[in-house]
Amino acid sequence: MSQQLTNLESLRSALQSAMADDETVVVFGEDILDPYGGAFKVTKGLSTAFPNRVFTTPICEGAIVGMANGLALRGMRPVAELMFGDFITLAADQLINHAAKFPAMYNGRVTLPLVVRTPMGGGRGYGPTHSQSLERMFCGVPHLSVVAPTIFHDAGKLLRAAIASDGPVVFIENKLLYPLRQQLHSTATIQHDVLDPEAEYPTVRLRNFGAGDSADVTLIANGGVSRFLPSLLERLADEEIRLQAVLPSVLSPLPPIAPLAAAAADSGRVVIAEEGIATNGWGAELAARLYESCMGRLACPIVRIGAMPTVIPAAKHLEDEILPSETTILNAILKVLS
Amino acid sequence: MMIASPNSFTITHQLAEHFYAQMLLIRQTEQQFLELFAQGKLNGTVHTCIGQESSAVAVVNAMDTQRDIIFSNHRAHGHFLAYCGDVEGLLAEVLGREGAVCGGIGGTQHLHAGNLYTNGIQGGIAPCATGAALAEKMKRSGAITTVFLGDGTMGQGAVYESMNIAALWQLPILFVLEDNGIAQSTPKQQEHAGDLSTRAQTFGIQTFTADSFDVLALHQTTVAAVGLVRQQQCPAFLVVNCYRLGPHSKGDDTRSPEELAAVEQRDPLRQLELQIDPEQRQLIQQSVQQRIQAAVQDVLGRPFISREGKE
Ligand SMILES: Cc1ncc(C[n+]2csc(CCOP(=O)(O)OP(=O)(O)O)c2C)c(N)n1
Repeated sequence: MSQQLTNLESLRSALQSAMADDETVVVFGEDILDPYGGAFKVTKGLSTAFPNRVFTTPICEGAIVGMANGLALRGMRPVAELMFGDFITLAADQLINHAAKFPAMYNGRVTLPLVVRTPMGGGRGYGPTHSQSLERMFCGVPHLSVVAPTIFHDAGKLLRAAIASDGPVVFIENKLLYPLRQQLHSTATIQHDVLDPEAEYPTVRLRNFGAGDSADVTLIANGGVSRFLPSLLERLADEEIRLQAVLPSVLSPLPPIAPLAAAAADSGRVVIAEEGIATNGWGAELAARLYESCMGRLACPIVRIGAMPTVIPAAKHLEDEILPSETTILNAILKVLS
Repeated sequence: MMIASPNSFTITHQLAEHFYAQMLLIRQTEQQFLELFAQGKLNGTVHTCIGQESSAVAVVNAMDTQRDIIFSNHRAHGHFLAYCGDVEGLLAEVLGREGAVCGGIGGTQHLHAGNLYTNGIQGGIAPCATGAALAEKMKRSGAITTVFLGDGTMGQGAVYESMNIAALWQLPILFVLEDNGIAQSTPKQQEHAGDLSTRAQTFGIQTFTADSFDVLALHQTTVAAVGLVRQQQCPAFLVVNCYRLGPHSKGDDTRSPEELAAVEQRDPLRQLELQIDPEQRQLIQQSVQQRIQAAVQDVLGRPFISREGKE
């Protein structure tokens, strides 16, 4: 098997191919021109290859996304980059009151093929305004999709799907995933399969045990926390704990609940993990939906793991205490098992 | 408040030495940050104001630091040190050690001391500063508010919304544009139409312009601007043409060697050095160096801050 791309390489080549395949794809963002190529280098090479369709913008997130809305209304497929996910708040009005409104309030007479890509997440000591995972604030906005790859998804394929989609998509890239290699196939110890291969944004399942057995515990997680899974699955296998991890790539609207509920009911014990704050989070909605559909088949209450509900400190050792880690997820798993 | 009188040789001289000491303190503190970063002792990132120290020193010294208010941005170490001189508190902040001014939570971009507030979201501080100016006006405190903005940040609508209100309601606020001609990797010409220095005029806000290369002249201009804001209780716009000698944060400079060589020629610290008596200069250098070395040693010897008792 050829070596897998990193998450960053996958995203970068998806942007390249999307622009090559479709002239209506245009890219906007701050500091994205070569040689700099963007703060996180996802757009590196793009302005050299497509000089007329890659625009470096002033610092004006509201106008970046607003202009992208206008382009999308008029038949283009804009991909806007917000340098840090924290700055998405400056574009919230354009996303919530414009992008997500136009198609529905015009009764389906227009489409709005917009993608807003942005890196979220901490772990780099950037402090309170450059480390958050704010995707939960856009979950539940009607007619707005929130998509987030894990390292077990083909991130580039998801990005191509978002660009191809006719509705607005917020595409979350976790900063710490960028340099990691995607893991798209089973290994000797981890079974990798896709629950819904036909879906636009598929859900991946990982198991540290063979088919035929049922799981002891089900972990449903998204985005950045997927980086803990290779080690977690192996550690639990060593302890003979059968873990199945279910990783949706679309956070909002939630994917069909039946396969997730089946996975939850299979073990009867569920942990939900995300990097963002758990309170009023993605996991809160997911847990509510699971209780609605398989309450009687759960052996114990669902445990939610996320960032503590406070600002993210700049100092590394303080930041580590606030954000979810392999240890906090492991402890939650041990808790639902006991 | 220190006011330079152009006719008075001694006052100018003392002022030059005072400014030199402050600028050197800022320069060497930031060089320490870069050093500590290279040694792996400083986590995250820092944006240094190397080359722009004169702006911080000239503007802050024109204010009444007992009561006036300062809002600043991601590149605020200079503003902070000119305002309160707390090298240890700042070092502890970026190193996560006890005694940190914001408990190690804020870090380099999110500082607070006295009446100084910084934040890492470009443009967002402009309306906050405008509100602070309104508060002081309502309280009749006589305090004015200064907000530091970069040229790149002039892309944000919130800056103009703030200027409009400040002019409409006649608020005592000084908008300081630190125009170093570049935002991260993007030259000013690539992201702004027209002339930034005329932006405030359309709101009827008086504009002052100066170059950071000459800290004493910049200080005089700022004194005039601050005087207007305080006496007339109205906004003013101060454009400081300055030069970013270092990278945006660390090691991310894409400017050509020629461009860098050109800005290197505009180092206000070296310019000021020429005007200081060599003996005095050496004394100042020694004392700043000792101060910083002692601070680094002290702070690195302190324990990491704990979160205990915080929620
Ligand atoms: C809302 C927002 N957008 C983008 C950024 C990322 N960013 C940090 S500094 C910077 C450049 C700022 O340039 P300028 O205002 O000229 O100040 P300078 O860095 O030159 O001091 C950018 C784009 C940010 N911090 N906040």
